[in-house]
Amino acid sequence: MLLRHTKDEVMEREALTINPAKTCQPIGAMYAALGIHGCLPHSHGSQGCCSYHRSTLTRHYKEPVMAATSSFTEGASVFGGQANLVTAIDNIFTVYEPDIIAVHSTCLSETIGDDLQQIATKAKDDGKVPEGKYVIYAPTPSFVGSHVTGYGNMVQAMAEQFAVSTGETLDQVNIAAGWMEPSDMREIKRIAKEMEVTVRMFPDTSDVLDAPQTGKHVFYPKGGITIPELKSTGDSKFTVALGCFSGEPGGVALEKKCKVPFQTEDLPIGLRATDRCLMTLSKAAGVKIPQSITDERGRLLDVMTDMEQYFSGKKVALFGDPDHLIPLTEFLIDLNMKPVHIVSGTPGKRFEQRMKAILEDTVPEANVKNGPQADMFLLHQWIKNEPVDLLIGNTYGKYIARDEDIPFVRFGFPIVDRIGHSYFPSVGYMGGLRLVEKILGVLMDRQDRDAPEESFELVM
Amino acid sequence: MEPVRKFPDPSAVRDEMLQKYPPKVAKKRAKSIVLNDPEEIPQVQANTRTIPGIITQRGCSYAGCKGVVLGPTRDIVNLVHGPIGCSFYAWLTRRNQTRPDGPEGANYMTYCFSTDMQEEHIVFGGEKKLKQAIQEAYDLFHPKAIGIFSTCPVGLIGDDVHAVAREMRETLGDCNIFGFSCEGYKGVSQSAGHHIANNQVFKHVVGLDDTDKGGKFKINMLGEYNIGGDAFEIERLLEKCGITLVASFSGNSTIGQFENSHTADLNVIMCHRSINYMAEMMETKYGIPWMKVNFIGAEASAKSLRRIARYFEDDELMARVEEVIAEEMPVVRSVVEDVYPRTKGKLAMLFVGGSRAHHYQELFGELGMETLSAGYEFGHRDDYEGRRVIPSIKIDADTKNIEELKVTADPERYRPRKSEEDLARLKEEGLDIREYEGMMPDMKKGTLVIDDISHYESEKLIELYKPDIFCAGIKEKYVVQKMGVPLKQLHSYDYGGPYAGFTGAVNFYKDIDRMVNSRVWKLIQAPWEEDGAALELEASYVTQ
Repeated sequence: MLLRHTKDEVMEREALTINPAKTCQPIGAMYAALGIHGCLPHSHGSQGCCSYHRSTLTRHYKEPVMAATSSFTEGASVFGGQANLVTAIDNIFTVYEPDIIAVHSTCLSETIGDDLQQIATKAKDDGKVPEGKYVIYAPTPSFVGSHVTGYGNMVQAMAEQFAVSTGETLDQVNIAAGWMEPSDMREIKRIAKEMEVTVRMFPDTSDVLDAPQTGKHVFYPKGGITIPELKSTGDSKFTVALGCFSGEPGGVALEKKCKVPFQTEDLPIGLRATDRCLMTLSKAAGVKIPQSITDERGRLLDVMTDMEQYFSGKKVALFGDPDHLIPLTEFLIDLNMKPVHIVSGTPGKRFEQRMKAILEDTVPEANVKNGPQADMFLLHQWIKNEPVDLLIGNTYGKYIARDEDIPFVRFGFPIVDRIGHSYFPSVGYMGGLRLVEKILGVLMDRQDRDAPEESFELVM
Repeated sequence: MEPVRKFPDPSAVRDEMLQKYPPKVAKKRAKSIVLNDPEEIPQVQANTRTIPGIITQRGCSYAGCKGVVLGPTRDIVNLVHGPIGCSFYAWLTRRNQTRPDGPEGANYMTYCFSTDMQEEHIVFGGEKKLKQAIQEAYDLFHPKAIGIFSTCPVGLIGDDVHAVAREMRETLGDCNIFGFSCEGYKGVSQSAGHHIANNQVFKHVVGLDDTDKGGKFKINMLGEYNIGGDAFEIERLLEKCGITLVASFSGNSTIGQFENSHTADLNVIMCHRSINYMAEMMETKYGIPWMKVNFIGAEASAKSLRRIARYFEDDELMARVEEVIAEEMPVVRSVVEDVYPRTKGKLAMLFVGGSRAHHYQELFGELGMETLSAGYEFGHRDDYEGRRVIPSIKIDADTKNIEELKVTADPERYRPRKSEEDLARLKEEGLDIREYEGMMPDMKKGTLVIDDISHYESEKLIELYKPDIFCAGIKEKYVVQKMGVPLKQLHSYDYGGPYAGFTGAVNFYKDIDRMVNSRVWKLIQAPWEEDGAALELEASYVTQ
């Protein structure tokens, strides 16, 4: 057994986290920063963090992930990292020529109290930031929240440090995009185009982390929201913020700074979250939802009715990030499935509240926990006590899936042992179809594997 | 006949690499980029601080300590004291394989343990939480040992992990608990972490179990981490030859092996960088000589087995080793014969960690491939130029705080395995004991040796030389492949392997043949984007 030491008896833990269902802030900030065109993420800390974050994102995307680091030494850790960052900014603009450097911090620079704003200003005053180039910054202490928090902090920084209100209102709607795959961002833009809405999506990692093979390495790929577009978000009619943990900080910041009204919606995962998201977008833009999109909805619903027998009553365990789990749980319930064990390493009361509301009519007995010690070790113990028919989560779930022999769907971050997530969406009705297909695939493969020969079915 | 490839002048390449840097950076990088001369061996600047913003391949001291040296030991609970990231990123990402003893045997390698520090622990200190976490780990798993690994904030807020370790060791009684001050900012790279790991394992574990487990030729394998099953292949060969492996530092290892390792009669080193400290300390304290070996490459593996046999000066062992080599070589030769015509003359570049950039040149050599340029992320000058330069290496300000243990001969257990006269005689006969010649003597004149290569420099190398294969890690892989050049990961082996020993060599030959001759690289350009294609298309429709 791969996880041979996990026993079913649950012992209360206060201090030890085992097999976390989260990672730390800066990787989220790095991912978000890659969604700005011409941007080089920069990690202000010792270089190990930057290498780890680049490696993890690279394993997930099978794509180049560029970022620089201040490479703290022991001296800098004691006396402050200002000189390291100013030097880094100078070297980066000279050698790698980005349009923007987006700086985030680590537990090291946060513990010693480096002030990113002050250092960025100093770099500018010292003439290290060329004309027309930018340095933005987001504090991302690793000892607060999770990678999702870091993503939200960088989204907030984008809005705060770029958006400008000129007084004129443009016929465009902002999408403060929560943590999604490039494929998801691409799908939302496609839907918006179908609806004839001009959207300004930030960040936008499509055409950055799903770049084509051309025989050339394009250091700054063609994707990412551009600086003029980011600036113009201050003049938009409205902001739809997707995900209350990862996208909302962008909506809040735009309202605060530029008085752009906003509404937070769940990531459009599954049927009803997509319904709500599209209605909010249509209302914000003053457009109707076209027949083509209604047809897509109908196709998803058609599969849900056709295949109902395979979903109904199946118990599911899931783990991951709150903005993913909230709409996913709702979708599973709409499929008549029973999400019985749910953990998220990311802390936050809103997760508990939303989950309670979603589950109370259908699966009130579900085990739900988030924050420290809401880890995959606990999830596994719950599964041992009450087995499930399906496990959904990132790649680390494969160890539980193999030990307990549970059909497994990869979803969330990171997925380092399969492709697809960055190319095929999980959002919108088309994304819903893909999720349903994946779930059916593993459930039916299991039925095929386990069926006695006499009841092995040709047609299912 | 194949056309002879023309290469740019390496000194011009070096100049072009340096040109774009700000003057101060250029001056510093110039010392780390040298044109090799295997006769003269120029000096390489290495193990100095990374230039901020340059886009380095390097990681940190924590990675070197927890990730590299202690990670592969299956029955120690490795508890990371810090915020969650450090433990998460080192969770199963290095492919140290292990084979637990039976279905009940301890194996914690699939687990990730962390104190998951929160803001209040940064403010008020994390020692209390650390103690509680150790207690919880003990209650849940009853491990033989718990290692505590400090991350960046731990040193800054002043948590004393060593005091906590001592206290909890006494409280729990039957669990060896020891700490590592491997904060990420220590030193300048992973290398500091290796040293810290060596020291603490030597201090707290080695020598705790004096049982003589028997065997005529007893060795320890040092600096072999069983990536992709490399150590399994080496274990297979040793067993076949009748050589007893007492301990492995640390691929497929247990803490019991470390405790007993001082009963061996010879230490053989694969990765000099990460474990040479242990070899020296064990020789000083227990009298066990050490010797560099290399099991990467079929010829190198054969040579290493012969060297071990030479050390023991036993005719039967020497004969057995020759038999084993004779048994293993035919399959190796048949694969080389098949592959060689498709690989010979192709060009490789290697920028890997602290040892593989050297070792793998041997394998490429067996394929008739040339290494045009190579370097380490965190090697020291001795790994480049050979151990003879050690007396002239200056420890700079960034590294001076890494502890050097004062080791003396153990009053009871020091036992020289061979007399100094015997060692001198063996050396005379060509068995280089306590030696490592480094990478540069094995590389041709005019090849470029680059330490701590930056992204910019590797991009220039590829652009100017167009190598047939580039070897590095995951961060470089897709960058290089986007340039149309296959990249072989020599950290993770691209999830394949083993590459060590004879079986490994065969795996490697096949993988490299597949990669340098893959059809996919010829399909990059869309047919309608080839010169004149659009014009033709348009013209053919017009004429209809």
